Amino acid sequence: MDDVIKISLADANTQWVLLGTILLGISSGVLGSIALLRKQSLIGDAVAHASLPGICVTFLLLGEKSLFPLLIGAAISGLLATFCIQAISSYSIIKEDTAIGLVLSVFFGLGIVLLTKVSQSSVGNKSGLNDFIFGQAAALVGSDVKLMAGAAALLTVITWLLFKELKVLTFDPEFAKGLGLPTKLLNFVFLTLLVSAIVVGIQAVGVILMAAMLITPAISARYWTDSLARMIVLSGVFGAISGVFGTIFSTFGTGLATGPFIVVTATFIFFISLLFAPERGLLTKWVKRLRLNKRLQHELVLRKEGKSYQ
Amino acid sequence: MNPVEVQNLTVAYQKKPVLKNVSFTVPEGKLIGIIGPNGAGKSTLIKAVLGMIPKATGEVRVYDKLYRAKERVVGYVPQRGSVDWDFPTNALDVVLMGRYGHIGWFKRPGKKDKELALNCLEKVGMQEYATRQISQLSGGQQQRVFLARALAQDAKIYFMDEPFVGVDAATERAIIELLNELKQQGKTVLVVHHDLQTVKDYFDHVILLNINVIAEGPTEDTFTLKNLHQTYGGTLAFLEKGDILVGQK
Ligand SMILES: Nc1ncnc2c1ncn2[C@@H]1O[C@H](COP(=O)(O)OP(=O)(O)O)[C@@H](O)[C@H]1O
Ligand SMILES: [Mg+2]
Repeated sequence: MDDVIKISLADANTQWVLLGTILLGISSGVLGSIALLRKQSLIGDAVAHASLPGICVTFLLLGEKSLFPLLIGAAISGLLATFCIQAISSYSIIKEDTAIGLVLSVFFGLGIVLLTKVSQSSVGNKSGLNDFIFGQAAALVGSDVKLMAGAAALLTVITWLLFKELKVLTFDPEFAKGLGLPTKLLNFVFLTLLVSAIVVGIQAVGVILMAAMLITPAISARYWTDSLARMIVLSGVFGAISGVFGTIFSTFGTGLATGPFIVVTATFIFFISLLFAPERGLLTKWVKRLRLNKRLQHELVLRKEGKSYQ
Repeated sequence: MNPVEVQNLTVAYQKKPVLKNVSFTVPEGKLIGIIGPNGAGKSTLIKAVLGMIPKATGEVRVYDKLYRAKERVVGYVPQRGSVDWDFPTNALDVVLMGRYGHIGWFKRPGKKDKELALNCLEKVGMQEYATRQISQLSGGQQQRVFLARALAQDAKIYFMDEPFVGVDAATERAIIELLNELKQQGKTVLVVHHDLQTVKDYFDHVILLNINVIAEGPTEDTFTLKNLHQTYGGTLAFLEKGDILVGQK
């Protein structure tokens, strides 16, 4: 199997695919860490699921599978979903988490219905539309990856430029408003960035598991650092690693859907972080407690001995 | 010219009015207490004045001009519980946020901002904790960091929401000293306050609030048993305590 990997890695198309999954790993890791701290991971999940009907409708309208318009369709229905969530939770007694569940299932259900319709219809070449559900990185071609690269780079640069504003908006939104920052605009900008990061990733990871790509690298990164900047960078790195290994395992090992393998890799990184991170890791904490106990026991023994001499 | 003038301010959350026709004028260079029971709308008042939540009606003037946050004359200390202290950042970084309004878009805090922020931390006795992760600070220390952040805003008027809640006695003393220092520098400081026993010691001026302004004016004339009755309603246990507190004359 080693040989297979070596041969395939030399292949130009494979390199494109790998580059694509690295980039999507970076952009979802970066935006995901802010979304996690803003407690918007669930919204991310809803957006990912809700992009499916957008993809299907665009396909039905165009009659062909061309990535750019499909992603625009995905972004529109994703944004529409966030709009619905906000409208429902502010104009009815339904709370936000319920609204998220509701919108997610309605949009995703609609997406599945449309997908069924697409496969029954006689429109164009519909092969590969199913790949959006669990992701198929191997389906990426050079032009797709260039598009993803552009989008991922743009997202990362915008986040870097707005780092200071996003930081105060996330930590203390009221204070941010008191500073005179246009918080409504910033919220919208961030949501657009998040939706874009999701849309960039769905081709390779799929709508069902995309949220895991936002959350898992971010949570893992949080274990290793107490600085927001470092957390964001680390989360991007973890995302990229997950993208690479997930793609390698799925494409060359089995040829199965990429999404699950990427997410499994990200989860593996999470378990490593959970156990071994300095300060916060379980094992580190456990060792510390063990040492403390030993010292306490030692002191107790000393004290007892001291007493018995008196 | 008064630092803050509020006229006919009404604020509602989902149609339920929380503040009704609130009007008051704040004198310059004084320590002002905003006093009222839980849910009286004290936090809401501050947020509406600072433009953080929409007003249903009314007008807020700061030094005779309609208030806009960008003018950077107002500093703010939110209730400590209003943020997630597990956020990945340290004390110095939080204080630096007070500089963000001065720094401008896209730019990063510079050396001068950092020096100023460290200076502010020193003023609240927290310089040794500059690089400490904020979740590892005690309640009193977190409150001091919030105060230092407001100092870093370098404002003329300060609004502070319950800065004394959940802090140790040493921090309370440090804070009140700092407030008096700000007053000496000619700044105007409005403080939402809970503990009726210290009102007379701390504040020159009080605003008694419960949905409406019940009374406002110099503490001497305004912080009376009759006015407290009206502000707090008929809470008996409290009134007995109030007799002891206010009825010295
Ligand atoms: N975001 C909100 N949505 C709905 N109601 C709110 C909100 N914030 C505060 N309230 C209500 O407004 C009233 C005043 O709240 P607040 O200004 O926090 O009072 P205080 O600070 O005096 O304790 C309370 O009844 C509270 O339940
Ligand atoms: Mg309050």
